[in-house]
Amino acid sequence: MHNLPFQPDQASSIAKSVDNLYFFLTAITLFFTALIFLTIFYFMIKYRRRSPDERPRPIEGSVPLEVLWTAIPTLLVAVMFVWGSTLYFQNSEAPKGSLEIFVTGKQWMWKAEHPEGQREINELHVPLGRPVRLTMTSEDVIHDFFVPAFRVKKDVLPGRYTSLWFEPTQVGTFHLFCAQYCGAFHAGMIGSIVVQEPDAYESWLAGGTPGESIEQAGEKVFQASGCSSCHLSDGTGLGPSLLGVFGHPVHLTTGETVTADDGYIRESILQPKAKIVAGYSPIMPTFQGQLTEEQLNNLVAYIRSLGAAQPKAKEAAKP
Amino acid sequence: MSTATLEPRVHAQRTYLNADYGWKSWLFTLDHKRIALLYLVSITFFFVIGGSFAVLMRIHLTEPQGALVQPETYNKLFTLHGIVMIFFFLIPSIPAVLGNFLVPLMVGARDLAFPRLNLLSWYIFIVGGAFTLYSAIAGGVDVGWTFYPPYSSIYSQTHVTAVAVGVFITGFSSILTGLNFIVTIHKMRAPGLTWFRLPLFLWAMYATSIIMTLGTPVLAITLFLLALEHLFHVGIFSPELGGDPLLFQHLFWFYSHPAVYIMILPAMGVVSEVIACFARKRIFGYKIVAFSSVAIAVLGFLVWGHHMFVTGQSVYAGLIFSLLSFLVAIPSAIKVFNWTSTLYKGSISYEAPMLYALGFIGLFTMGGLTGLFLASLATDVHLNGTYFIVAHFHYIMVGGAVMGYLGGIHFWWPKISGRKYPNAWAALAAAIVFVGFNLTFFPQFILGYLGMPRRYAFYPAEFQVLNVMSSAGATILGVGYLIPLVYLIWSMRYGPVAESNPWGATGLEWKTPSPPPPENFAEIPVVNEEAYAYSAQAQEATGD
Amino acid sequence: MTEAEAHAQPAGLAHQFGDLEQQQSAATLGIWVFLVTEIMFFGGLFASYAIYRWLYFAAFEGGSHVLDIRLGATNTMVLLASSLTMALSVRSAQTGNRKATVIFLIATMILGGIFLGIKGVEYNQKFVEHIVPGLDWSPEGTVLSRLAPGGLEHAQIYFFFYFAMTGLHALHMIIGMGLLLWLVVRAHKGAFTASYFAPVEVVGLYWHFVDIVWIFLFPLLYLIGGRY
Repeated sequence: MHNLPFQPDQASSIAKSVDNLYFFLTAITLFFTALIFLTIFYFMIKYRRRSPDERPRPIEGSVPLEVLWTAIPTLLVAVMFVWGSTLYFQNSEAPKGSLEIFVTGKQWMWKAEHPEGQREINELHVPLGRPVRLTMTSEDVIHDFFVPAFRVKKDVLPGRYTSLWFEPTQVGTFHLFCAQYCGAFHAGMIGSIVVQEPDAYESWLAGGTPGESIEQAGEKVFQASGCSSCHLSDGTGLGPSLLGVFGHPVHLTTGETVTADDGYIRESILQPKAKIVAGYSPIMPTFQGQLTEEQLNNLVAYIRSLGAAQPKAKEAAKP
Repeated sequence: MSTATLEPRVHAQRTYLNADYGWKSWLFTLDHKRIALLYLVSITFFFVIGGSFAVLMRIHLTEPQGALVQPETYNKLFTLHGIVMIFFFLIPSIPAVLGNFLVPLMVGARDLAFPRLNLLSWYIFIVGGAFTLYSAIAGGVDVGWTFYPPYSSIYSQTHVTAVAVGVFITGFSSILTGLNFIVTIHKMRAPGLTWFRLPLFLWAMYATSIIMTLGTPVLAITLFLLALEHLFHVGIFSPELGGDPLLFQHLFWFYSHPAVYIMILPAMGVVSEVIACFARKRIFGYKIVAFSSVAIAVLGFLVWGHHMFVTGQSVYAGLIFSLLSFLVAIPSAIKVFNWTSTLYKGSISYEAPMLYALGFIGLFTMGGLTGLFLASLATDVHLNGTYFIVAHFHYIMVGGAVMGYLGGIHFWWPKISGRKYPNAWAALAAAIVFVGFNLTFFPQFILGYLGMPRRYAFYPAEFQVLNVMSSAGATILGVGYLIPLVYLIWSMRYGPVAESNPWGATGLEWKTPSPPPPENFAEIPVVNEEAYAYSAQAQEATGD
Repeated sequence: MTEAEAHAQPAGLAHQFGDLEQQQSAATLGIWVFLVTEIMFFGGLFASYAIYRWLYFAAFEGGSHVLDIRLGATNTMVLLASSLTMALSVRSAQTGNRKATVIFLIATMILGGIFLGIKGVEYNQKFVEHIVPGLDWSPEGTVLSRLAPGGLEHAQIYFFFYFAMTGLHALHMIIGMGLLLWLVVRAHKGAFTASYFAPVEVVGLYWHFVDIVWIFLFPLLYLIGGRY
């Protein structure tokens, strides 16, 4: 619903709060612009030169005034900083239970994959009222996923994952733009976010699913690529068990501890010698160049889905 | 009172313009004033080129599907518009033209510290420009003036290396000019000219020179690395080889953010001189304004990350850069308040330079305040990569820097050329520029908030009305810029001859004839009064 | 061009300066400002090196072990010696000793030439071993693949920095050699006296700076992981 003529739809849970900050900033801008303009106009008229020999009295300055017009702007920007940062911080982490969707950008189209396996190009169907978290990567150059109506934007980079989340609050179709210049048809790398009532969304999903969820597809890749031969689920294999790994701390051979997130899983597949779990040898082959982005996304989704069973700690056996 | 000797006004007086003739006396000159004119001609040339690209872009954008060119061509237009305007017009403009001309005069010296280095700077500028023009003529470049890899390093099929080399070379022109100014201001001030007696223009040039010398080398190494990546695919910015495209962005913006202060600080210096002269008052809060220039230069090096808030970088990095970006706005605000206060109980007249200076204050205030929207993390997420950014930086760079440059040209034109121009035409042009500018760029704030991304060769139809408004404004703005070209050139032959100090301004440059003799002063002046001693003029029996 | 000096000028005094002391002072400040710009220039490269070394330490360590530490150490000694001869040359100019100035300048050039020669030998070795990123990179089966377990592509980044940093340094050396040659010619003609020797001092500062850059490059490139 348009509130003002020059405003995009407020179609997400954060849109209104972002707009409120925007209006505050606009008000400050208008106020100070008007203050300066009017003061200058007033002085221009009142102190216009009346005779060619006028010599105004010199005024060196005024420390109290300097303090005043330093302190007030500093206070104002402090308010802006705190407001903007708090909002940003609050919006930075997706809520638990978000619908996880993979997005891949490539010159010059957007590809999306739903957990149920449904794929879309240049369109993304989402249900109303449920947070959606996008895990995004690029197949080539840097792109940017921008939905003005949701007030969200994030760069999409090759070789790594970035993510953004939103919760749609309004049914409708909204612009999706690429907002990082990416070559000839940058302007054409646009699409639509289609927000539907939950039951409409379910029927849409059911209408065209390939019959296989993203996690099932991931499990197939896991078997076909030979992952399952080393990563035995009981922890006795050559590689660590992946049960319950996702989202938890992992201890490395270097003594560091890292969290097993999307980026860690992806890196471990493509550059297996980068971070080796303590107690294991650097013998995992790399799959760089052997898996498509979609297969990688499916694997990540599958490993995410593995249950919370605790892996047995393997006895350390240094080479 | 100053003891500079006044030359008698004889028609055949020897000036830097007529002391020697022939192309060699210009192309091999070591006179800072002639070098300033060489720059004036060169940057005007680049301004026309960059401006032509802008005109083509705005014509193209009157139609949602694009009215003029193919998307690939549009992408080359905005790339070259940015590169030419930033590196070959804005960055040199005030420093290389007005700075070169005025710094020695204002400090009371006969030339800069290193005249041969100064001439070399101009030649370096020309060679860099030649590489860039070559790349434009040979088919153009389409990577944006920001050159982000992997697009620029791997995917673009255009003349990336040629233009990277061109900008790399031109950077040294900037570095050497800054070096020259720093040494001149430190070592060659006339007797009695202490730091706090310097005109604020010199404080501004000094702060600018710090940025030019410290920041530009980082751009140089960045472009060097990018060129190597583009030519040899060594991996430094390529993810599939273990490289990081964001490293390029950090390196690039480490220079390119301070670069915007290179573009604005000199204009602020001009505004200080013009306001003081046309209000006939010492700038209110002189020391604060002087220090604020240095503060901007220092703080400006600490905020580059605000260009990268949506790249997926750490939230904590974002917080730090956001805080610092807010802080860097404060010294600029202080300047605006001090300039406004200078008008209080002044004696104000409205010749063209003053109109430009007042226009600067208004437009810079708006541009600067819109920067706060971008320093604020939550709003920047929405506004980054949209036309809001385009509007913000054009308010600062065109509404600010270009107005400051034109104001400075109009203020010192009588000194530079020895002629006066018709004030009515100048005032008209200033008004046209002001109106045209606002019509061009204000709609772009709205477009940005609505979500129209930048660098789009075509766009959804709902954005057309605002685009057409912007293009209409651009036409008016273009006319406004052409008018001074005409009357300034006209004035060189037909304008009334200017006396030493037609504006009744303070400052050593006004105590020598218009135009100055090659050696600037018959005798090096001795300074025993503060800057902007306008009220002291009342006591002066012998006027200019 | 400016004309008409009404008063006699000391030899070497440029018209924009009041006296030689001011001119010398300006020249010294000028070269220091220039060296700061050089620090910023190399600084971008050093910062990038630091980031990648932190990310890919194993590859950097492996790559570093391929370098010939004896040649690197020799070059370090050579450059340090050249800074000594350069300083002695400046001292000779300060004391108006024309002959010594020339001799020490020539000695500096010889040492600089030795440095560049050894560098050339090292670069050639890399081509022989096919570990030149972008130009000749096929390290499989070479000594590098045995030493760098962290992934060969990351070793490519190490070697990119090796060539970029030492290459840029060598370029500065070559420019320095040109400046030294110019000084030798001028010194031989007697252009420098005890009151006018700024060019020697300025080039001296530049030469010392280029030396200091190498003092940083040597441990950062050759001594990673400590194996001495």
